[in-house]
Amino acid sequence: MTTDAIGTHGGAAAGTPPPGGTPLAELRGAGKSYGAVRALHDVDLAVRPGRVTCVLGDNGAGKSTLIKIVSGLHRHTEGEFLVDGAPVRFRSPRDALDRGIAAVYQDLATVPLMPVWRNFFLGSETTRGPWPFRRLDIAAMKRTADSELRSMGIALDDLEQPVGTLSGGQRQCVAIARAVHFGARVLVLDEPTAALGVKQSGVVLKYIAAARDRGLGVVLVTHNPHHAYLVGDHFSVLRLGTLELSADRSEVSLQELTHHMAGGAELAALEHELAQVHHAGAEGPPEGDPCAPVTTGTEEGTP
Amino acid sequence: MSSTARQAPPAPGAPGAGAPVPGGGGSDRARRRSPAVALLARPEVGVLLGALAVLVFFLVAAPAVRHGGSTATILYQSSTIGIMALPVALLMIGGEFDLSSGVAVITSALTASMLSYQLTVNVWTGVVVALLVSLAIGALNGWLVVRTGLPSFLVTLGTFLILQGVNLAVTKRVTGNVATDDISDMDGFDRARQIFASSFGVGGVQVKTTVLWWLLFAALATWVLLRTRFGNWVFAVGGARESARAVGVPVDRTKIILFMAVGFGAWFVGMHNLFSFHTVQSGEGVGQELIYIAAAVIGGCLLTGGQGSAVGPVFGAFMFGLVNQGIVYAGWNPDWFKAFLGVMLLGAVLVNLYVRRTASRR
Repeated sequence: MTTDAIGTHGGAAAGTPPPGGTPLAELRGAGKSYGAVRALHDVDLAVRPGRVTCVLGDNGAGKSTLIKIVSGLHRHTEGEFLVDGAPVRFRSPRDALDRGIAAVYQDLATVPLMPVWRNFFLGSETTRGPWPFRRLDIAAMKRTADSELRSMGIALDDLEQPVGTLSGGQRQCVAIARAVHFGARVLVLDEPTAALGVKQSGVVLKYIAAARDRGLGVVLVTHNPHHAYLVGDHFSVLRLGTLELSADRSEVSLQELTHHMAGGAELAALEHELAQVHHAGAEGPPEGDPCAPVTTGTEEGTP
Repeated sequence: MSSTARQAPPAPGAPGAGAPVPGGGGSDRARRRSPAVALLARPEVGVLLGALAVLVFFLVAAPAVRHGGSTATILYQSSTIGIMALPVALLMIGGEFDLSSGVAVITSALTASMLSYQLTVNVWTGVVVALLVSLAIGALNGWLVVRTGLPSFLVTLGTFLILQGVNLAVTKRVTGNVATDDISDMDGFDRARQIFASSFGVGGVQVKTTVLWWLLFAALATWVLLRTRFGNWVFAVGGARESARAVGVPVDRTKIILFMAVGFGAWFVGMHNLFSFHTVQSGEGVGQELIYIAAAVIGGCLLTGGQGSAVGPVFGAFMFGLVNQGIVYAGWNPDWFKAFLGVMLLGAVLVNLYVRRTASRR
């Protein structure tokens, strides 16, 4: 599986050729262990320009680990990570940013106490003047932040207000607009709608679509299949650190996606076991290796 | 992308016109804060008002404070605290503490003094070596904090105890005494004294140069904090370390440089002590670190990092100097000094808390 092309996993029957040449970023059989704990194992993922790749999964499925590898916060311990077809090992998020991969995190997208414009340019500040007197070009930064935010449809009266005073959706949008402005080619979004209400989620999803239409490759990490299905082109479902499903939009319906999210294959196995218990009237059987039935189950589980 | 229904006003081209967004429209959180509230929310405004209140109090209670000479003394007292309170405040905004800053001042002075005296070299050699030692202590503190991820409180408590012990033990071993030898007749002393510990006349009043250095450093710190990339990073690493790292801010480097800035401050104050008193008492400095931290906190720096200024600690240090000398000029028992300071610290913290909560309520 490690060397196979993307798209064969789960969607094997369709055998779709990968659309649009070399992916911007690609994981091949990638995995990550924290000491003895294996958080992620043998995962394939491809990010293509102008497409939204959704990574779904329950809590602890390995979603966070996966995007931390892509965004340079963690390093993979197995498999390959390629950017533009060449293997890379990022040492820090700075490396990832330099290669055009920007991440927007659910809880750590912004610095709440800092003004909007400072947040917008944090880490990539515009300066002017020669070295000993090199200083922030505040006017230019405010102007740029304002026009960038407006082009994404966010108008703020006061760019000096701390980001912490914005609503959750607005904060996400500031972070997305920032990533787009700084030339991100791959936008990694970690649960951007998790803490938001329905309306705010809609706003964020609209910006995701806007970013996609600008030709960015978007990785949308979420545990909400409904949100994913609204904007997604490709769906990868993680379960206990491995890939349970990887399918294009044409190969999977929202219902199937929801089913997989709920642990479809495992549920079926559980149902079977419960039936056995009922018949035998014996003690509940101990939990087996959860990975084994899942991986085999997916092949049949996907119609 | 055209303007969206709720978040953007219909005309995206119009610059952010002063008119506040109507609060009833659902997105009241985007409402612009009134200028007065925004001003009060500035961390340094509270301490300015506090300092003025204490000043008025002592101007009334201790008429001697009104004399120029007394003012100069108060400013001098404030400056020796204030020069250290500045880097300590920057470090606090960056989310860290340095409990070793008080004894590090003495370590620096001892290094310069003993090195020059024992090797009989120009005092400037000692001054330069002391600078390197101070910066190295700061870098070590910072490196340990960022590498281990331990709270800086613990790491610097360790260096505080180490330096305290080393100061005493090494001084006794080298000089056979708890104080260093007088270096006032050595080469370069006069020149160094001119820079670190002289005074100049203003309207018939002798003002110490440390006051000038203090204000100069404060202006520099303000500029760095508000107008440079590094300053931006200081706020960011203190406010949300992981967010800062995720957008590419060199968090570890920023923190280490902040610790080294405290080292620089310790060196400067150490040199001032050395060249104004000619000898150094190796057991001193203990407890000063808390005074610096208190001055920064009174100055509106958030103990947990991410907020503060360089101007606030200037007023914070001024309040210290004012109370310290004011009590004497008022003819009260100086034993009350610390009690007075404690009340002031609690008062300042409570006022800051109240102001911040009121101002940031949405």
